[in-house]
Amino acid sequence: MKISFTKIIILSFAIFILGIFWQGLKTNKNYDTKNLVGSKISNFQLSEINNHQQYISEENLKKNNYTLINFFASWCAPCRTEHKYLLNLSNSKKEIKIIGINFKDKKINANNFLSELGNPYDFVGKDIDGKTSILFGIYGIPESILINNELIVIKKIIGPIDEIQFNEILKLIQ
Amino acid sequence: MLSNIGISLLVLVLILSFLIIYNASLDLKISSQSVKKNIYKLSLFQITFIILSFFTLIIGFINSDFSLINVYENSHTAKPLFYKIAGTWGNHEGSLLLWVNILVIFSYLFLVFNRNHDKKFRLYTLIFQNILILGFLFFLLLNSNPFNSIYPIPLEGLGLNPILQDPALAIHPPLLYVGFVGCSIYFSAAMASLLSDYGGKLFAQSIKTWVKISWCFQTLGIIVGSIWAYYELGWGGFWFWDPVENASLLPWFAITALMHSLIVLEKRNTLYAWAIILCLLTFILSVTGTFLVRSGILNSVHTFASDPSRGIYILSFLSFMIFSALTIFFKKYKKENYNFNLKSKEIFILANNWFMAFFLVTVLIGMLYPIFLDVLINEKISVGPPFFNIVIIPLVIPFMILMAVGPKFGWIKSKNKIFYKALFLILVAGVINLFIFYFFGKYSLLSNLIFIAAIFLILHSLLDFKNFINNKNKLELPRIISHLGFGLLVFFIGINHQFSLEEDFNLKVGEVKKTSAYVIDFEDISIEEGKNYKAIIGNFKLTNLKNNIVQYLNPEIRIYPNPETLTYEAAIKTKINSDLYLTMSNVSRSEYYNIKFQKKPFMIWIWISALMITFGGFVQLTLKKNEN
Repeated sequence: MKISFTKIIILSFAIFILGIFWQGLKTNKNYDTKNLVGSKISNFQLSEINNHQQYISEENLKKNNYTLINFFASWCAPCRTEHKYLLNLSNSKKEIKIIGINFKDKKINANNFLSELGNPYDFVGKDIDGKTSILFGIYGIPESILINNELIVIKKIIGPIDEIQFNEILKLIQ
Repeated sequence: MLSNIGISLLVLVLILSFLIIYNASLDLKISSQSVKKNIYKLSLFQITFIILSFFTLIIGFINSDFSLINVYENSHTAKPLFYKIAGTWGNHEGSLLLWVNILVIFSYLFLVFNRNHDKKFRLYTLIFQNILILGFLFFLLLNSNPFNSIYPIPLEGLGLNPILQDPALAIHPPLLYVGFVGCSIYFSAAMASLLSDYGGKLFAQSIKTWVKISWCFQTLGIIVGSIWAYYELGWGGFWFWDPVENASLLPWFAITALMHSLIVLEKRNTLYAWAIILCLLTFILSVTGTFLVRSGILNSVHTFASDPSRGIYILSFLSFMIFSALTIFFKKYKKENYNFNLKSKEIFILANNWFMAFFLVTVLIGMLYPIFLDVLINEKISVGPPFFNIVIIPLVIPFMILMAVGPKFGWIKSKNKIFYKALFLILVAGVINLFIFYFFGKYSLLSNLIFIAAIFLILHSLLDFKNFINNKNKLELPRIISHLGFGLLVFFIGINHQFSLEEDFNLKVGEVKKTSAYVIDFEDISIEEGKNYKAIIGNFKLTNLKNNIVQYLNPEIRIYPNPETLTYEAAIKTKINSDLYLTMSNVSRSEYYNIKFQKKPFMIWIWISALMITFGGFVQLTLKKNEN
């Protein structure tokens, strides 16, 4: 086979396109909110579930050494399974505050949920239409975000908190 | 049970493929005129078993046999029978089984119907086709097996995506598959032709019927998909330059070019290398399209649950195909001398090919560029209608003019008379355009040119049709129909684009909206139970302000339970001269509904003229039979 200029061009063109395709397969197309670890939380304001006048914003969180923001709803079954870890955490006397964000829920149901299972939260914010949660990069609940006093996300838990993740949180906030 | 039967049948087909390749290679060395009997027998078994395996899967779907994961994931007992059957190819695994079926069917038919061609050429074609069959069969068995079973057997299935539950969509995949996978046979034939030195005229004759069959089905499949998008998606359009639509256009451009250049190859015994390139390119582009859609690199309504391992497999096989095609082509390529007169039919057919190549490259760039940017510099962009409209539409003008004049030219050399007639028709087209321009509305210079070119092509085709009635030259008829269809298609798309009305607003029950041409009264809503869904039906009264004619339109929001999904059914009133199109969608936690109202002139004519293009192809297929 004679090697000519045209042949080389055509071959390298084919290799280039196929190479791009290979590379394209490797990159993850799905938006993965785990990448949020290391980023900073900003621009949010939440009103208390039972009291519209009471707000929480980033200024309040800067005062805490660590804050765990937990997204929950009364209609969410896995939220029930992680609840005992949240209670343990709030009883652990560690320097951590827990903020609950009530996701697409009814006020009555949310209050019933908390009186039935106990309330681990220092503040319960409401997010009826789920928009604030989206700003936090949440796509389903339960999810939790652990931030430090500079409002930087140091851990993100997708799905219910379990024994392992509970211990990891304890380790991180020591 | 079905799982075992299905897998056994597929394994048998696999073994038969190996046996066919082995026997065919042995037979290559024997210098007799005819192909050995046992190769026919093996092929007959192969086609029987693969069709049986497909029917096994269909039976699984009809009986809702949820022991098959595939049935469990894509069907449901409450689904109407028609959609149970359509569910067979409405998913990745099942459609791949259909894909292999078509590979085998074409392989068998090509072997049986080309007895008068060179033995070596036929055997090589069979070998290459079976290599393709093996490639996809391994993929099917190892990675995407539709017969995988599940235990314990679930009681109920997960259901088929409701937007796929539409008659147009049920037949769309099989049509496209016959079109796209049918290309495989002349990919194999092109490779065989290079290896067995069986080129020129005879090669053109051996593949032309197969090219026409796959062209007809591809065209029809694309049109049906477009019809589905118009009626089902509720976006009020019929072509969106969506990456997957583009992927389906690429092989279509190549195959249309091929179909035309084959005429030159058959009549003048030239353009052989170019025809081979197009044969190879068509199937390579079909597989590339499949790869882009199935690997999840592109996201669109066509993406099945994506799985990277599928992408890796198809890409490996695609690379294998491309490099073996290039190697064989480079090895066997002989330089041809082209010597065409400027005033000959050949030159015009070549011009068709240049245009097709240009359209192909444009769409290819538009489709690949975002992927390249994403991979190379991680920037996400989308290339949409503006790009394609700017680049493609101006070129359609000279394309249509050449398309009208070209067929009038004779082979080798023609007289000048044709030019004078064309000049006269251009003037007539210009006058008709001026008429539309003055009486119906103003539009840009580019649109003027488009209309003139389209009308020119229509007039030319009509005159040709008149000649046909006089001289009854049947061979001309398919071309006249298809070219006329294309002219009409561009004309009606142009009209539709220029004179569409579109309104977008929110209304609640009892409210009235007045637009420039219509009064829209949202009278009430009702709830109805469908076969496997619940429908919220809006009742809209439309009064035309010009003539006070009252019409009722009833768009629906359908709620499907398994899994819970909402679909929006547009209410479409189709008339000879225009479509009224109305969709409603709920605005969350509010009593308002979002209403999209459109008046689209001559919609039905867009479908009719597009179908005419295909119809020309089918007419040609029937002619072929009469000739023999």
